[in-house]
Amino acid sequence: MFNWLQHFADWLIYSLAGIAKGSKAGDALNFFVYDTLKIFLLLFFITIIMGIINSYFPVEKVRNFLSRKKMYGLEYLFASFFGVITPFCSCSSVPLFIGFVRGGIPLGITFSYLITAPLVNEVAIAIFAGTFGFKTTAIYVISGISLGVIGGYTLGKLKLEKLLTPWVQGILSNAQSEDLLEEDKSTLLKRMPAIIKEAINIIKGIAIYIIIGIAVGGLMHGYLPTGFFEHYINKKQWFAVPLSVIMGVPMYSNAAGVIPVVQVLVAKGVPLGTAIAFMMGVVGLSLPEAMLLKKVMTWKLIAIYFGTIAFFMILSGYLFNVIL
Amino acid sequence: MKQIKVLGPGCAKCKTTYNNAVEAVKQSGIDAEVVKIEDIEEMLKYNVLTTPVLMVDEVALIKGRIATVDEIKQLLTK
Repeated sequence: MFNWLQHFADWLIYSLAGIAKGSKAGDALNFFVYDTLKIFLLLFFITIIMGIINSYFPVEKVRNFLSRKKMYGLEYLFASFFGVITPFCSCSSVPLFIGFVRGGIPLGITFSYLITAPLVNEVAIAIFAGTFGFKTTAIYVISGISLGVIGGYTLGKLKLEKLLTPWVQGILSNAQSEDLLEEDKSTLLKRMPAIIKEAINIIKGIAIYIIIGIAVGGLMHGYLPTGFFEHYINKKQWFAVPLSVIMGVPMYSNAAGVIPVVQVLVAKGVPLGTAIAFMMGVVGLSLPEAMLLKKVMTWKLIAIYFGTIAFFMILSGYLFNVIL
Repeated sequence: MKQIKVLGPGCAKCKTTYNNAVEAVKQSGIDAEVVKIEDIEEMLKYNVLTTPVLMVDEVALIKGRIATVDEIKQLLTK
């Protein structure tokens, strides 16, 4: 699918720039050019597709849907799935949380959405597809949705309502389904300019991290021997998976740049399950998000929330190391 | 006088939207004040689910994304 990009990178580096094929500098540069072009191309397409879906399923519609329908447990899956298609920035998590709770959506289902939304989004999918290929991306997306379902269900069963801050409990007792949506009737063609503009905005915001990530990855790709990390991180070390999740949590803002680096780590010998667990920690849980959630949750609830999710991330890391 | 409100808990997107609104008012020369609302409880009165939100005279016009200077200028002159 991306052969033509590889040909272009080969031509640019080996022929036009005249850097010898097989030399360390040549390989590193070739990797950089190829990966950068591929990731930005995927990013552009995927953010536009997600933008179109989102334009027809805005978060207000999602909320109405979840608060009205009783689906015998399937609502966890829907909430988690909606988390994938709606765009999410961690600063929206608090208004969103309140909005869901006020609409009468149970806490566990709200958590399902909140877990998957940052974990599986257009940026993560595009960079994942660009660096690891589509099979690994599918595994990542499916495990992200499962994590939302299982995590949300578990948290829902723990009866954590008491641990919300008092004013949120007040909102909870007055919860009712309400309709906030003014349906947008315009055609796809009319929506496209705004969708494309927003896609470009998203890409602009993260471009620098991606380029740095790929540059670091490119250097490591060219200069580190294959299997370099195998001595340090391998499947036999049980603590590697929990350690990667814990290391990943504080590394939020550079999520876009982390994935290309991690891809090289995998190429040089880090087990894929460990790497996926690390990335889930980076993308899914973040300290800024914890600070924001403080407004609606007590520290105890935040600790339970982060602890539960980290636990399931570690579990999926082990699982992938066994099956992949 | 028009009143523009930018709702958002102080993330980068919200700050950009606020700065764009200030710039749009300056460029268009319209008599308008720009208010930043960062308090969550205040924000909830307007039923927002995604931030930032740009409101002109108490009507939410742009939700969940950065509003550009040109966009805001258009909304103001309408």
